[in-house]
This record gives sequence, structure tokens and C-alpha cells, in this order.
Amino acid sequence: MSRTVGNKSLLLKLTFLAVLMFSFAIFVMPPLYNLFCDILGIGGKTGSVYTAVDVEIDKNRSVEVQFVAMNNATMPWEFYPKNSTVWVHPGESTKVVFYAHNRTANDMVGQAIPSLIPSTAANYFHKTECFCFNNQPLSSGEEADLELVFIVDPDLPASLNTLTLSYTLFDITNNLNGNLAMLN
Amino acid sequence: MAHGPAEGITRWLYTTNHKDIGTLYLWFSFAMFLTGGFFAMVIRAELFQPGVQLVQPEFFIQMTTMHGLVMVFGAIMPAFVGLANWMIPMMIGAPDMALPRMNNLSFWILPFAFAILISTLFMEGGGPNFGWTFYAPLSTTYAPDSVNYFIFAVHIMGASSIMGSINIIATVMNMRAPGMTYMKMPLFVWTWLITAFLLVAVMPVLAGAVTMMLMDINFGTSFFNAAGGGDPVLFQHVFWFFGHPEVYIIILPAFGVVSQIIPTFSRKPLFGYSSMVYATAAIAFLSFVVWAHHMFTVGMPIAGELYFMYATMLIAVPTGVKVFNWITTMYRGAITYETPMLFCIAFVILFTFGGFTGLMLSVAAADIQYHDTYFVVAHFHYVMVAGAVFSGTAAVYYWLPKWCGRMYDETMGKVQFWLAFIAFNITFMPQHFLGLAGMPRRYADYGLQFADWNMVSSVGAFLYGGAQILFLYNVVRTIMYGEPVKEAKVWEGAEGLEWLVPTPAPYHTFIRPPVVTSSAAGEDEWSISGATPHVAFKAAPGAG
Repeated sequence: MSRTVGNKSLLLKLTFLAVLMFSFAIFVMPPLYNLFCDILGIGGKTGSVYTAVDVEIDKNRSVEVQFVAMNNATMPWEFYPKNSTVWVHPGESTKVVFYAHNRTANDMVGQAIPSLIPSTAANYFHKTECFCFNNQPLSSGEEADLELVFIVDPDLPASLNTLTLSYTLFDITNNLNGNLAMLN
Repeated sequence: MAHGPAEGITRWLYTTNHKDIGTLYLWFSFAMFLTGGFFAMVIRAELFQPGVQLVQPEFFIQMTTMHGLVMVFGAIMPAFVGLANWMIPMMIGAPDMALPRMNNLSFWILPFAFAILISTLFMEGGGPNFGWTFYAPLSTTYAPDSVNYFIFAVHIMGASSIMGSINIIATVMNMRAPGMTYMKMPLFVWTWLITAFLLVAVMPVLAGAVTMMLMDINFGTSFFNAAGGGDPVLFQHVFWFFGHPEVYIIILPAFGVVSQIIPTFSRKPLFGYSSMVYATAAIAFLSFVVWAHHMFTVGMPIAGELYFMYATMLIAVPTGVKVFNWITTMYRGAITYETPMLFCIAFVILFTFGGFTGLMLSVAAADIQYHDTYFVVAHFHYVMVAGAVFSGTAAVYYWLPKWCGRMYDETMGKVQFWLAFIAFNITFMPQHFLGLAGMPRRYADYGLQFADWNMVSSVGAFLYGGAQILFLYNVVRTIMYGEPVKEAKVWEGAEGLEWLVPTPAPYHTFIRPPVVTSSAAGEDEWSISGATPHVAFKAAPGAG
């Protein structure tokens, strides 16, 4: 009967549509979301490792970069920037240091996640070296100076003179997954 | 045609009959409606007075979560799938649904899904406590252990919905009687066809969202986990990409029901059949491109806020087409006010009211004040309860005589209507004031300044719950002792193939397809050939 054939063909097509939408949700939406955030510079996500290029340092302009550090939820470490503010010229490479101290009796692993405000500046803030590219294992009582080397892009819009980079430190001791840190 | 239903419990377990499965869906949905209603009573009892009296805050949030989940996925959606099962084959002249065995499966997995979901309330650590929208990281990092059961239950519900929708699409596209062109289909069939496409498109996205949650919780991925490079805001995008079409999935079949009932009791054809079809399609399309209006406070770029604001406001246009259609259908009609009609008129008034508060919420700048307050709660109960539940009640009263061959008690129906109508407004109208005054949703306690209206709202909620018991009593009484109805056309003004089959509807209908023809005057004539005497009448939809 042709109706049976038609029903089966519709069943197959619609099942295919459902599978397609399921794959869309899992495999397309997350990368697409990240792509949108990257292109538009929203969400304050700064990029991954930046290879310095030869640019003229703009000595006529100074940009204030502020640093904020905080702990997520139950993270017990001491964590703060050694200098909370630096003035930099666009194009010059600057190193700052964050202090971390595992005050607990346990060996732990931390992961710092950056966020830049205003988020529109995220694409003009380049990190050539950052502790946030890797997770930070600290044994009990251990302390560490965590380094960040960054360059503010000379193309930073003239209206932006103050950038605030915040790091949130997460406890990932029980949820170690080395590759994922690279997404930062 | 000779054989009727099987005897005993196996009739229901093994049935592939669309009417049996429709009945199962409807009873299941009513059971879930009472369950979700019981949760609502717990919520309103706790909120009767400020302070923590009856339940602990940890349990209260489980109640709000379960109330939402059970009502949306257990009560409203299966109710309309039940109506679709019962009515669509009879409305398009098909002998049954296109895929009857899958139909059986899609129903029978549902009770398991909800048994799993509700059982989480009795587990150590409690049930889902993250709101029905289950935002990450509340539902991942901070979720109780029972969240895995919740995820499994959502997967089963999704599978059930997808199978149900595939069945409806196949039935409508492939099983129509000769001459039943798309533009002659009753609006209930049209709205369900479009709804089914929405379901097939977005239920898998919900399945994707909970799958990603499952991976984050158990397998160390970081889709929504900021510590691993993910983003909790992504969850909200995925969820609402499903969630916004979902609200139209709930309301479009309700539009269809109202578009059947209002012409019947106005004794006029629907004012603009084709504009209704196009408006439904337009709403369905727009539902895919407005999701982020649920997320105005996450910190979107201003351009995004503006886009989602204007796109959302655009939905008012096709919705307005529908509301004006219903009003112009009633205009100068010979209206009688039987119970289904009363519910439909209340639907038009209250749904429009809920639509207007929706417009207020669509204003991005204002939404930041309204977000997650009782104003939102009031808004979506006006469109969900006065929209979907009122029209579902209307549908049951309207078709019940056709289903069981007995007439319900009209006086009791009217009493139920007025009780429901008044109690509904007592419950939810004050919640607008509470929300505008700043009372947040999902909390077990509140500031003293909110006490008076909360007490009023709780009294209304208990009355509204009582109205549902009356509804149950009326339906059961009708099925058992109602006055028998003999006429095929139960309602004088009713049009459509379902009113050509005998009352009560025989177990098998349209074994031989009816023929739908157009007469010289351009009016559709629908007839049933075969043993039944030839019947022809002026068709409501598509006329002119």
C-alpha cells in the first residue's frame, strides 16, 4: 500500500531531522557560541597564547590595566595580584605577578579563568605568557608566583583607557582534564 | 469493522487504536495535572504567610521545580497529544494514526519517565532543585545526585514527544481523505501539524542540553563549566533555543482548539481561515529567532538586546491576527454560552492579557526590573493556564459527548467555569503586583510588605484547585451516568468530519475514506460513502 510506503519514508526523514537537531545542539551550538564570543569579543574571554609581532610602541598613550583576583565558591587558596594596577603603553610587553598560596593540608590543583572588562577590549588584550594557560598544582602549604606577560594592542579604541582583567580561581582537583585548560 | 476493543487491561497495554491511546494520554495528563497541582498547593500553602511554616526552603525549591516540569511535560503536552490522537484521524478522514505501534510506544514510555522523575523526591539529597529551566551550574556543579534520574526522565519524555510528533506529521501529510486538501483541514489539524514540526526540531535540542549536562557531571567535559573553559551562559542559549519554541508548542494546539469551538457556538465560519493558517506558521517561524529575550540580564551586547526585543515584539502581529480573528468570528454571531464557549471566551480575554504582559517583558530595558520576579510568574500563568489549560478544558467539554455518547452536566460545567475563572484571577492577578513590587520567584519566604497579596493569591489557588476536582467529578459522572446523546452532530453549529461519524464515536472510524468534494458554488462538501447515509454540508474552513 502506498500509504505504508509514504508513512515509512516520512518516519525516516523526520527521524533524520531529529538526529540532525540533536547533533546540532551538541556539536554545532557550543563551537558556534564560542565563535560568536570570539568575533564579537563578548563574554570578556581573552584569547589563547599570542605570538608577539613587531609593532611600534605608542609612547604617547598610556592605558591603565587593573587586576582583580577572586576565588570561586569554596576555593580556599590565597590568591591576589602583587600589583593591582599598572600603566602601560600600547605595544609594549609587560610582566605582572599573581601570588597563590595553598593554605590547606591537601595537595590541590587550581585553574584561573580570565575575564576582561570592558568585554569589547578582549580582542585587543594579548597574552604571550600566562599561568592561566595551564592548571596550577600546588601541594599543601606551597606558594607560587604566577606570571602573566601581556601586550595591549596599539589598535585599542581611543575611547578605552582603563582595562580590568579579572581572574577567577577554580578548584579542579577532582575534575582534572588537561586539554580543556587550553580553551582559555 | 466488526471487532471492537479487546477486554481487560491488555486492551490498554497493547492498543494501537488512536482513540484508546488518546484516552490514555488524556487520563495520564489529568493525573499529572493533579500531581503538579498538588505541588502548586504546597507552594501556595507555604507562601500563605511570610516566614517558613510548612516546608523547608530546600524542599520548597524542589516543589517549584517539579511543579513546572510536571505541568509542562506531564500535563499540558500530553493533554494536547491526547486530543490530537483522538481528533486528528477523525477530522481528516483517516482510519487511524499513520504509525499505530509507535503510537503505543510513545505513550507507554511516558508513565515511566514521570515515575522516575517523581521518585527523585524520595531520594537522598532530594529531587531537582534548580527550577524547571535547570540552568547550569545549578543543575551541574551544584545539583543533587538525583540529577541523573532527572536527565534520564527528560530523555524519555523527549523521545515520547518526538515519536508522537512524527506520528502526527505522517498522519496529517499522508493519511488525509481524498479531497481533503491542506487548506481544507480544520485549524486544530493545522496548528498541530505546525506544532509537531516544532517538536521534532527542538525536542532533540533539549535532549542535547541534558546530554551535555550529563557529560559535564559524569564524564569530565566542560560544556557549561567555566573552570574547564566552558560557559554557563551557553546552557541558557541552548535551553531557550528549545524553550521558546516550547511555549508555542504548548499554545498552538490551544489556538487550534479555540478556532474549532468559537465558530461552533457563534454559528459562523471562522472569520479568516487562511490568515489563521499563515499566522500560525509565522508564529512558529518567529519562535526560533527570539529565544534570548529570556536572557536579557546575562550581559548581551546592546545590539543583541535590541534585536531580540524587536523580534519578540514582532510576534504580537501574527498573534493579534489570531485574536482579532476570534473576535470577528464572534461578532454578530448567534452566540450561545455553553461551557466550552465560556472557556474559549475566557481564553481569548485572559490569553490576550498574558500576551500584553509578555510585551511588557519584551522591552529589554524594563525586563531587567521584571526579570525573575512574580511578574514573570503571573505572565506565564496567564498564557499557560488561561491559555493551554482553559482551552484543554474547553476541548474536553466540547468533544466529550462525541467520545462517550453522553452529555455532561451543563450547570456543573458552568459552575466549574466561573469558579475556575474567578479563582484563576484571584490567584494570578495579585502576582503582577507582587512582581512589580520586587518579589522574586522561587523563594520559600518573602518580605512582610508582600504578605497581603500572597494570602489573596493562595486563597485563589486553593479555589482553583477545587475547580479541578469539580471538573474531574463532572467528567467521571458524564462517562458513567450522563444523559445519552444520539445525534452525530452533537452541537448544532459544529462543522467537520468528526461530527459525521455516529455518537459515541465507534471504535473504528473511516475504514473507507470519506470523500471531500467542492460543489459548483465553491463550497466544500464532505461526505461519507459506504454504509453510512450520504451526508453533505457546508464546510466551515476554507469556505469562500
